[in-house]
Amino acid sequence: MLFEQLLFFVAGLGAIAGAVGVVTLRNPFFSVLALVAHLISLSVLFLLLTAAFLAAAQVVVYAGAVMVLYVFVVAYVGGSDEEMRHESTGWLGILGPLFALLLLIELTIAVVGSGLSVLDTRGADVGAAFGAPGQIGELLLTKFLLPFEIASFLLLVAAVGAVMLARKRRGLEEPADTISVADLVRSDAGTQKEAVRG
Amino acid sequence: MSVAAWGWLVLLLPLAGTLAIALGYRFLPGRTAGAVGCAAIGLSFVSALGMLTALLDKPEESRTVVDSAYTYASTGGFSVDMAILVDPLSTLMCLVVSGVSFLIHIYSYAYMDGDRGFRRFFAYLNFFVFSMLLLVLASNFVLLIVGWAFVGAASYLLISFWYRRETATAAGIKAFVINVIGDVGLVIGAFLLFDGTGALDYATLFERSHEVFATNDAQLVAACLLLLVGAFAKSAQLPLHTWLPDAMEGPTPVSALIHAATMVTAGVYLIARMHPLFEQAPAAADVGAILGTATLFVAATIALVVTDLKRVIAYSTMSQIGYMILGVSAFAYSAGMFHLMTHAFFKALLFMGAGSVISAMSSEQSLDRMGGFRKAMPFTYVMFTIGALALAAFPLTSGFFSKDEILAYTLNRGGGYVILAIVGYVAALLTAFYAFRMVFRVFHGEPCHEARELASGHQVHGDPVNPATGEPEDTEVGFPGPEHHVAEQSQAMQIAMVPLAILALVAGVLQIPGVTDAVETFLEPTFADSQFAHTHPSDSSEYLGLLLGGAISLAGIGAAAFLYLRRPGMTKWMSERYSGVHDFLANRWYFDELFALTIVRPFAAAGRFGRTVIESAFIQGVLVDGTVGVVRAGSSFARGIQTGELRAYAGLLLAGVTALLLYFLIAAS
Amino acid sequence: MDISWFVVLSAFIFCIGAAGVLTRRSPLVILLCIELMLNAGNLALIAFSRMAGNGEGQIFALIVMVVAACEVVIGLGIIVAMYRRRLPIDVDSMSELRG
Repeated sequence: MLFEQLLFFVAGLGAIAGAVGVVTLRNPFFSVLALVAHLISLSVLFLLLTAAFLAAAQVVVYAGAVMVLYVFVVAYVGGSDEEMRHESTGWLGILGPLFALLLLIELTIAVVGSGLSVLDTRGADVGAAFGAPGQIGELLLTKFLLPFEIASFLLLVAAVGAVMLARKRRGLEEPADTISVADLVRSDAGTQKEAVRG
Repeated sequence: MSVAAWGWLVLLLPLAGTLAIALGYRFLPGRTAGAVGCAAIGLSFVSALGMLTALLDKPEESRTVVDSAYTYASTGGFSVDMAILVDPLSTLMCLVVSGVSFLIHIYSYAYMDGDRGFRRFFAYLNFFVFSMLLLVLASNFVLLIVGWAFVGAASYLLISFWYRRETATAAGIKAFVINVIGDVGLVIGAFLLFDGTGALDYATLFERSHEVFATNDAQLVAACLLLLVGAFAKSAQLPLHTWLPDAMEGPTPVSALIHAATMVTAGVYLIARMHPLFEQAPAAADVGAILGTATLFVAATIALVVTDLKRVIAYSTMSQIGYMILGVSAFAYSAGMFHLMTHAFFKALLFMGAGSVISAMSSEQSLDRMGGFRKAMPFTYVMFTIGALALAAFPLTSGFFSKDEILAYTLNRGGGYVILAIVGYVAALLTAFYAFRMVFRVFHGEPCHEARELASGHQVHGDPVNPATGEPEDTEVGFPGPEHHVAEQSQAMQIAMVPLAILALVAGVLQIPGVTDAVETFLEPTFADSQFAHTHPSDSSEYLGLLLGGAISLAGIGAAAFLYLRRPGMTKWMSERYSGVHDFLANRWYFDELFALTIVRPFAAAGRFGRTVIESAFIQGVLVDGTVGVVRAGSSFARGIQTGELRAYAGLLLAGVTALLLYFLIAAS
Repeated sequence: MDISWFVVLSAFIFCIGAAGVLTRRSPLVILLCIELMLNAGNLALIAFSRMAGNGEGQIFALIVMVVAACEVVIGLGIIVAMYRRRLPIDVDSMSELRG
């Protein structure tokens, strides 16, 4: 018990620290790293909730694949430090955190208030197989077959879209001050001269 | 055939004529449209004769026939039928209307030849006759009002017949506006009567009015006064009379038909028809009598000085209708209707003769330019003089008997009516005078240029001009045609005028006091319920009246002869010497100016006020532009939210979620 | 160790992520903050699944992870395309939807 609570606090702190780091660190690269830390903490929390498969998936898929993708893009794009102090963020700089705080208060009231008394439990009694890959697999293939298939289809679409978006063009792209879909999906058939002319 | 069948034929034949001409005018070559129109009215007249004989076949008590074509509306307790009422009064009116209309149609067949609007003219004319017959044959207020309105519309169409003339269209509008005032009075009067009695058809209405209303009951008097407003607008009595002289802008047959013989008598008919109500509300009848007398005097005085030939005759019409209104308001119904009949004859005749003279003058209408047509136009001279004699109530003409009958009855009423009768006699003197003023100025004296040309066989055709303003015109559609038809050369016109002349001379024989009383007996079934049905003046007082009337008429004619034949320059001298009086009369007692000042200008000012303040400033400015401004402000505010900044949108999203969550929190607690 | 603690924690992380979306200007970091929010949602889902005792919440969380991955892929693709076009990597300068 005590061990669990301790673990919970440690992981929770890690998660919060990571989150705060994502939001406040200037360099995007450091933000990515903070998010990775956050994700790891989160997977520990998942373990605490006896969701073993999800914890593993979190580490492998999220922290492992998605964050690596992020790191690559940050490296390509260049994570120059944002000059936050110089431009004014207007009202949003104050209103943003304010709204978030409000939301937090509301959610906390919702959770902790009397209406959700059912949450003051440790949860239902579950067997040892709860959260194990077997159970997840069984659910995926019986009750949630359709979402499973659609999710895979979604992945396919996303992959195709990513390839199309990030395709290299031939020739030099001129700086344009407007961005339009036509720009992005222009076919790259044609001569270099045409591409230069646009 | 039954009375009702004849009645429907009388009514529907002119309608058929109108429709045939209006719908088929392309297929009617030349003057066929005129022939169709004449035939329709001729057949209608024949049907009216049939109706008369069928009615006379019936015993006296049942000479009131109501025949319903179908029920238009039937709601709780009362129903409105499309029904005609055939009784002696409406039969008399139908005969007069269809007979005189028939003759005028024949006259127009010749007179309007050459006018580009020939077919339109006959369509309108037939439509008018249909409306007038509808008015006369109606058995309830609904049809009466329909006929009343149609007659006003037909009058407008015919006055503005030469529609490219601005004076004509202005006159048409003036006539229509004043007629509408009358229509409003009539309709509201009908409302009041309906409100009191719950019935709209005459029979039920008259029955119930005795039960519901006391004598001189306020609502009844108000209703009768409003009916009088309607009657006076239609019959051109004071104060709603100003449209009639201007209505002479229409072609002469129109003046003859509408503004002499038929439409203007609608008011007289209305009062006669509503006699049970007026007898129950003698206050309203007294008002009618007083105004009728005022009109007959005022009109007679104006007719002494106006110089336009047709307008003299118009004022004389106004005056004579004043006599008729006096007659029926004094409850001398048969006298009033008799005078209506004889007046139709001689007034139509006078207008026809005037039309002939005006044609000879190639549309010039001013008496100042005319003279000496006696040798050049003998036929017109005889016809016109016969009409003038009847108008002046020369002994033994029809006008003599009818006018003096009215005055005798009025004297007999006693009380204040004696004064009215005296005014009537004075005006009779003036009538005789101005009637022969016309005759002497047009036909006697130095022949004018046109007369001399005509006497030597050549008719003068001047350039077409507007007779009132002198503006030049052309002779295409919308203006008078190029031809001018004189009676001497036109058989149709002669055929139309002769019967009227004969009737103007001998129709008096129908109601010679003490000898015959055809009209009175004939009309008795209609007026049997009148309290005054049997109050005749005595024979001796009637003979005295005739004597007085004859003397007055001869005196008037003699005075006119003296002034115009013996001392031709004297009238000019008199008009200069008494220029104040002369101007007052020549400006028609300043009624038009009075109306312009009291009614037209305030209304125009109110209209301007409405346009600038209420319409432009308030409605446009405040309401419309204000609303637009508010919407614009709101939408520009809404547009301001669309900054295009991603983070602002995200912020709004979050704010929305927060608010929603807050709502659910509060709702759940 | 009540479930409510996990849910409160997830709310906390969610709000931090929301504040980050509103305050940061680089689309990269905004995407990261969106990831934060998604993860917070995942945590709550799994907590509820534990509470209810069936695995449905976990399946939901798995699908959320899939969707998050797809979204990241596309988002990063757009950022790469922007970089290629020499556009500034800055959310505030992309205001084409301005009314």
